[in-house]
Order: sequence, then structure tokens, then C-alpha cells
Amino acid sequence: MNDKPKKQYDIAAIMNENINVMRDVVPWANETRFRVTKVEKGHVFGVQPWEDHLVGDPETGVIHGGVITTFLDNLCGMACSAAMTEMRFVATIDLRIDYMRPAEKGRDIIGEAECYHLTRTVCFTRAWAYHETRDKLIATAAGTFAINKARFGGTRPKPEVPQT
Amino acid sequence: MNPQLTNPRADEIDAILKRLPFAQTLGMRCEVLGDEMTAILPFQEKLIGNVAIRALHGGAIASFLELTAMLQVFLVSDMPRPPKPINLTIDYLRQGHAKDLYARAYVLKMGRRMASVRAEAWQENRAEPVTALMAHFLVATD
Repeated sequence: MNDKPKKQYDIAAIMNENINVMRDVVPWANETRFRVTKVEKGHVFGVQPWEDHLVGDPETGVIHGGVITTFLDNLCGMACSAAMTEMRFVATIDLRIDYMRPAEKGRDIIGEAECYHLTRTVCFTRAWAYHETRDKLIATAAGTFAINKARFGGTRPKPEVPQT
Repeated sequence: MNPQLTNPRADEIDAILKRLPFAQTLGMRCEVLGDEMTAILPFQEKLIGNVAIRALHGGAIASFLELTAMLQVFLVSDMPRPPKPINLTIDYLRQGHAKDLYARAYVLKMGRRMASVRAEAWQENRAEPVTALMAHFLVATD
């Protein structure tokens, strides 16, 4: 038995302190220009600004659905990390998006994601995108995420070489 | 219009891609042969989602697949403009490596109001898809 208790971290608080770093290390998130505004335990908020280069319908100036998918996928993934007590990376297993109404031209989209259940291997999330309140939704998402094995910086610890 | 094209809608696909700012941001293009279309997403550094393992961002792949599905519906219909998405489900099957990505979409059902579409994206091997998408589009024009 391992008698040393596993160290517990408040990942949500660490994420909140590094809120701008989280986007900067993701090139595609930099391209779509969304911002994370608040991280709480298992809950993440963000803003997706309207931008010319994200328009999916030149006649109406509405942002492309793929931008909302990127935004909600990322927020859901962060909500998983924010629900944990040890730093782990997650990978999307599947994601479902329902489009309720088009986003309005020139307006910011607010996003909110929640990790509502966590097992040792899988996180269950849902997310919302809207302009003002959740009563008038642009889109909703439901996603499941696989929790990656503990690693540091993407590399496994080196195995000990037995001395002969 | 290119008179050698077997499908006159092919030229329109190209025009739509050029007109869509978001398609330009992704940098995707399409090759059409009759009613078959292959979409190509040439690799760019900005499409990366995880710099540590150099994987493509799931959102970029999903956007690419959604556009592929949308254009395939347009290609096989007589709609005046591309259809609007109702919902979509994305299955991330394998990691997308820092390489070109290809996709094809299949219209499973073309209804009067809705179209049901499946799309798959792959890299080196078509039999090992990176991501699969199932989407519904509104095709009624009224």
C-alpha cells in the first residue's frame, strides 16, 4: 500500500491564475480569438468575439458554426480539467452540437461549460452559447472526454536503468 | 464555367469557398468529380490544438468536416445557397497529426426539409479515419 496520501490541487484556482496562458498555447484558439473569462470548479466561462475572418455566411455576416464548435469544445475540455484535483489533460471522445439560432453579426458570444460528472477515465460535460442569457440560446453542446494518463510535459518519466 | 466538368455545380463549390471568410481562414479546398467531392485541409501551424503532441485542434477538424458536409449537400441538390446546420455529432477516433487532412461526405437521406449527412476525415489511410461526423441540415428554402 502507498501510505503517502496523494497531493491534492485546486486545479480551477491554478487555471484562473493562468487564464491568458491557456489560450496562448493553443494556436487554433488564437486564430479564433476566444477568451476564457472565469474558471470555477468544474465550470468555465468564455467570450467569443465576432471577427471578419470567422464569418460563415457573407450575406448575413453570421459567424460560422465551426467557430462555436471550437469554442464550446475547448471550454468543455477546460471544464474537465477544472473539475480535477490533479493536473491531467483530456481528449475529446465525442461532441454533439445543436444550433438553436444564428449568432448576431458584430456581437460577442458568451460561452459556459460545465463538467457534471467525472469517473477515473471519462468526463461528462455540457455547454451553452448565448448573447445575453441562457434563456435565449445560440447553441448547446454535450461532450465526453477521456482523461489521459498522468504525464509531465507530454513525455513519460524515464525508466530506471538497472545497474549491473 | 469549365465546360469539361461533369457537374456544373462544381464551379459553384469553388466560388462559395472563395466567398466564405471562415473557409479561407481554415485554408480548405475541394476537388469535385461528378457527384463525388474530396475536401482537402492543407496542414498549417495555426490548426494545431496541442503544441506538446503536435495534434490538430478538434475544433478545426470539426469545422472542416461541417463545411465538407454542407458543401456535399449543396453539390447534390439544386439549392440556391448552402444549407444551414441543425445539429452535428463528432466522434474523435484518432489523433490528427500535423499533416494534410482529407474528407468526404455522404448524403444518407435528402429529404424535402432536412438532409442527413455523414462525413469522415482521414490522413494517410482512408480506412483509418481520424474523425467522423454525423450532421443534419435544413434544406427547405421557405
